[in-house]
Amino acid sequence: MASATAVPTPARVAEAAAPKAPRSSGLGKGGPLTYVVAYLFVGVCLAPIVYIVFGGFRTNAQITEDPSGLPSPWQVSNYVEVLTGSLFWRQLGNSVVAGLLTTLGVVVLGLMASYVLARYSFLGRGAMYSLFAAGLMFPMTVAITPLYIMIRSLGLMNSVGGLVLPQIAFALPTTIIILVPFLRAIPRELEEAASIDGASRLGFFFRMVVPLSLPGVVTVGILAFVASWNSYMLPLFILNDETSYTLPLGVQAFASQYSVDTARVLAFTSLSMIPALVFFSLFERRIVGGLTGAVKG
Amino acid sequence: MSVSQGEISPSTTTPEDRAGSGGGAGAPTSVPAERPRRGRNGRWQRRAEVAVLAGPALVVFLTFVIVPVVMAAYYGFFKWKGFGPPTDFVGFDNYLIIFRDAEFMAALGHNAFIVVLSLVVQGPVAVAVALLLNRRIRGRSVIRVLVFVPYVVSEVIVGTGFSLMLATNGAVNDLLGKLGLSFFATDWLSDPDVAIWTLLFIISWKYIGFAVILFLAGLQGVPDELSEASAIDGASYWQTQRFITLPLLGPTLRIWAFLSIIGSLQLFDLVYIIWGQYVASTAGTSTMATYMVANGRNAGNYGFGNAVAVVLFLISLAVALVYQRFVLRRDTEGALTEGKK
Repeated sequence: MASATAVPTPARVAEAAAPKAPRSSGLGKGGPLTYVVAYLFVGVCLAPIVYIVFGGFRTNAQITEDPSGLPSPWQVSNYVEVLTGSLFWRQLGNSVVAGLLTTLGVVVLGLMASYVLARYSFLGRGAMYSLFAAGLMFPMTVAITPLYIMIRSLGLMNSVGGLVLPQIAFALPTTIIILVPFLRAIPRELEEAASIDGASRLGFFFRMVVPLSLPGVVTVGILAFVASWNSYMLPLFILNDETSYTLPLGVQAFASQYSVDTARVLAFTSLSMIPALVFFSLFERRIVGGLTGAVKG
Repeated sequence: MSVSQGEISPSTTTPEDRAGSGGGAGAPTSVPAERPRRGRNGRWQRRAEVAVLAGPALVVFLTFVIVPVVMAAYYGFFKWKGFGPPTDFVGFDNYLIIFRDAEFMAALGHNAFIVVLSLVVQGPVAVAVALLLNRRIRGRSVIRVLVFVPYVVSEVIVGTGFSLMLATNGAVNDLLGKLGLSFFATDWLSDPDVAIWTLLFIISWKYIGFAVILFLAGLQGVPDELSEASAIDGASYWQTQRFITLPLLGPTLRIWAFLSIIGSLQLFDLVYIIWGQYVASTAGTSTMATYMVANGRNAGNYGFGNAVAVVLFLISLAVALVYQRFVLRRDTEGALTEGKK
């Protein structure tokens, strides 16, 4: 799948790798209509989220009586109940562990492989790169059934390993495609200087490459974490025990288990999106850079 | 500490294509300076380094991506319940069943519907919003973050929220009633005439932020000088957008369309969450992937499920190749020719 990789206009790639600060330009200022349209669009984007969060502050009676109303009076009991129960925290913990392990694995394996692909020349390098790039064409949907059978026969059902290993594998193509240009961009002179100073290639890798490629590493790490955090299909196949559920499965199970208790479902749902939203708003620039990098880099 | 733009841009034009075109050996060696200094020993050490560094990633990737995909193709030829090795070889029977099954054809139709209408609906809206957010308006950076929120929230949350909102006695119908539009109120999720439009709306809502962000990044790559020059030449804002900005956004648009098409073909999560495995086909929202899961794993017919996966993959691959051949070609042309020199 060269398509997603072979369109590097240099300016764009640089843009993606290091987003610029907003600049003044001849783009024109927005009139009042611009604001109306912008706020309307944002409103549509946020309305369902607001519905979920506010719904958690209502009682079931309020929701039945007036499905589209605001909380009156505001109830915190739903949130309190979810937060004091052990299920939410357990599933949150599962999600965090799976996310962190996936991220760690993707970054470590991806960085090592990208380094080889970027800075070593050896027979079969092109083939190896193509193999990883071809991975973009194999979405998990296609492989899910054999993957499930494999995980089952490896005895990894309901385990973090059964979840994390495939997630790392499926995140590697994007990771490598983003990281290879980053590592190539490290000037040759640095490597020569390091080798004159007596650093081995591996020493150069740890002392120079890892720190210099940090922006790219952060990007792929965040992408891997968010993908793992929201992942649904794989956990659906691999995890069938409520205590091993990650949050997405937990939300779904909770929603069907307490289907009559709408308010509590909404409270559980909104609590489970907070981590992703916080994470995202912290790293928004990086994620955006990574996405555009993934597409155009 | 970041690698500056000046350093990245010159090198990104060539290297990837060099690797991608399989000419790794023919391309200039990475480290000409070191070769002569190290002898035979050094060569072996380098090979060991390559193996140690690339090995783990390669093993994990082959085991959990390539092997399952190959196994899917193999299992697809068997009638198999998923226990013990598959023995009941049925040749292409599974595939014949798939293509004679009206339910699969319906699912395929739904996928096609989503593919086309996602492009038609999301594309123009996203371009418009991106152009809008590219202007200097107050709170632009906050708006950019907010627009991206639906994309970040997981499919399960979106599905749960929308199923509650769109239920017959849910918030949407209630709100319509309050606005005096109760004749619009309908059974959004289970009416077969309406459900797929509902699905289209939810998908668009969820993924349009991604398109907007991509286009915004593309717009930043359009040099300001061009719009300044056209302004000097007397072009209006809209003329500038139409004749300068949009054409330059072309590559981004084409890549986005590609991702959107592939995503629509693989669509699973939202449908499965909102409609469940059984309702999806009666509500007219089933997709190839939900058909695969419902008739494969959930029905215990693992061989059949894998055959569906293969069909799904081949359809995606065919679409991808056609798209690459006819649409993306002009984008890759420059890059490829550059790589050859």
